[in-house]
Amino acid sequence: MKKLMGAATAALIAASAAQADTKIGMITTLSGGGSHLGTDVRDGFMLAMEQAGSDVEVIIRDDARKPDVAKSLADELVQKDKVDILTGIIWSNLAMAVVPGVTAGGTFYLSPNAGPSALAGKNCHENYFNVAWQNNNLHEAMGAYMKAEGIKKPFILAPNYPAGTDALTGFKSRFGDDVAGEIYTKLGQEDYAAEISQIRASDADSIFFFLPAGMGIAFTKQYAASGAELPLYGPAFSFDEIILGAVGDAALGVKNSSQWAYDLDNPANAAFVDSFRAKYDRTPTLYASQGFDTANLILSALGKADPSDKDAFRAALKEADFDSVRGDFAFGNNNHPIQDIYIREVVAGEGKPTNKLVGVAIEDLQDAYAAECKL
Amino acid sequence: MTLPLFIEQLLNGVQLGVTLFLMASGLTLVFGVMGLINLAHGSLYMIGAFTCATVTGSTGSFALGLGAGVIAAALAGALIEWSVMRRLYARDHLDQVLATFALILIISEGTRYLFGGAPLWLDVPDALSGAVALPGGAVYPLYRLAIIGVGLLVALGLFLLIARTRLGMQIRAGESDREMIAALGVNIASLYTIVFALGAGLAGLAGAMVGALQSVRVGMGEPVLILAFVVIVIGGIGSIRGALVGAVLVGVTDTLGRIFLPELFGLVLPPSEATTVGASLGSMLIYLVMAVILAIRPQGLFPANA
Repeated sequence: MKKLMGAATAALIAASAAQADTKIGMITTLSGGGSHLGTDVRDGFMLAMEQAGSDVEVIIRDDARKPDVAKSLADELVQKDKVDILTGIIWSNLAMAVVPGVTAGGTFYLSPNAGPSALAGKNCHENYFNVAWQNNNLHEAMGAYMKAEGIKKPFILAPNYPAGTDALTGFKSRFGDDVAGEIYTKLGQEDYAAEISQIRASDADSIFFFLPAGMGIAFTKQYAASGAELPLYGPAFSFDEIILGAVGDAALGVKNSSQWAYDLDNPANAAFVDSFRAKYDRTPTLYASQGFDTANLILSALGKADPSDKDAFRAALKEADFDSVRGDFAFGNNNHPIQDIYIREVVAGEGKPTNKLVGVAIEDLQDAYAAECKL
Repeated sequence: MTLPLFIEQLLNGVQLGVTLFLMASGLTLVFGVMGLINLAHGSLYMIGAFTCATVTGSTGSFALGLGAGVIAAALAGALIEWSVMRRLYARDHLDQVLATFALILIISEGTRYLFGGAPLWLDVPDALSGAVALPGGAVYPLYRLAIIGVGLLVALGLFLLIARTRLGMQIRAGESDREMIAALGVNIASLYTIVFALGAGLAGLAGAMVGALQSVRVGMGEPVLILAFVVIVIGGIGSIRGALVGAVLVGVTDTLGRIFLPELFGLVLPPSEATTVGASLGSMLIYLVMAVILAIRPQGLFPANA
């Protein structure tokens, strides 16, 4: 018994020593278009670190949504700062530039946002964990929901980059190919007059669009001003709390799919939303919840193993032994989440519209590429 | 392809062109008259939009906001000219690029410090919201028609200013020979401040009007700035007429290209490939047009000093 206690104490000391030596690098988008996504991931992440009283060093860098900047920052963090874990990237085109090299070099990468299909299937990697979703997930859920709602001919659009093609692929995998039209717009585009005219001229009965950040704000406002009245659907990325603040009442009544909602009823989430509001004076977006979950996953694994013992640390991550704010959370064989996807509706709130949870679209959704992964 | 859709897309192209013209006219005047490359022109666009959003938010009047946006951008322009640009006229273009790039960073980060990273809310005024039916069966948003109208009025005003007024004469003289007009007793320093502030005010006007359609956020000016440079290169540096023709050409090419190219490829390719190939080529199209025009007329369509 005494020996056992001793071993336990030694393990505890080792674990806290591991925390003190561990370095985490965060590359995220803090300036330019879409910077509110990176800001929320960072704030959620750092809130979890602060609540745990962790002394792990987190080095934060801004990629300005540029793939070449992200790549050189990753090289610097891995080679010069010798970080054990890298995280933070928002955009799939940046993730594609950074993640394969980093994980092949033996560093762990935990994605708090991007989940490109190319990294979920054949090219999955044991050091790559996705704590958010595989890109297709929210769109698959919306496709299934719209089909169940009796929608016949949606017009679908997304930006022309990896997450955009994943979005429309995911949507069609559940809805079917019978759409009124599909458009890929330029990433960062903010004038959608031409697309809106084209939609109005089609025989669509609804619109499904994936346009994160400023793109979603611009589209929704211009759509409302065009006099068109087809119902709008989309993933939560097109309707996060920041976007709703900028869009205003034009978004009322819109349905969107999300793996998380701030009014999701579980104790971990209630505590998270309250503490986030208290610290930052705003309602967290799904990005903040993903940053918060990523940090708690890392902390749970650090409590069990040292990142220098790669096999043990990897196994500890895979257990996903933390209280996710989205409720049930487990990793599939390809280290991507298996989780419920919810439907939210935009309703009038205090001063600006807000999201309200209205139901579940798909329970325990696993991504479509898991079978191709050899892990 | 129906006629109403074609009319709508053409108007969309013209509307984009007109906003580009407001940006490009200032840029081309500053470059043509003062020989200065001003990368910070996009920041003045942003200043116009942020001021408009703030004033509209506190007074409830979009017209006041628009006026405040134009004035704030013009004042900021005059201040920048007086404090920074003056020291750069005699310098190399590379120094000007460096200094004005630094201005972009300072103004962007300063705005982020003051307003935060989240986009501001600015909406189309009630009087101009909604859409109107046009002859030919097209339905078009009233606000976009208003932008086209304002842009064309500004273009007309600039033509008259340059061609018919004393100030315009000085500007034209400054383009041709700045030492000579200084020797003739024209106060060249205040002329430059006026030209710079005029260009800045037009950028602020564009930012405020477009801000209501898109989002008012830090860094909103840079994508427009790139297109504005394409416009002045196509149109001929220093020429207002060139800026107008170039802007409408770029606006219409960009809009029609990104809509009709995917449809064109749809005739020979499967739909999903056609949309991706068409979208990629559509976003390249204006640069292809620029390359062709530069190959045929290296000085642009309407060079100022021809």
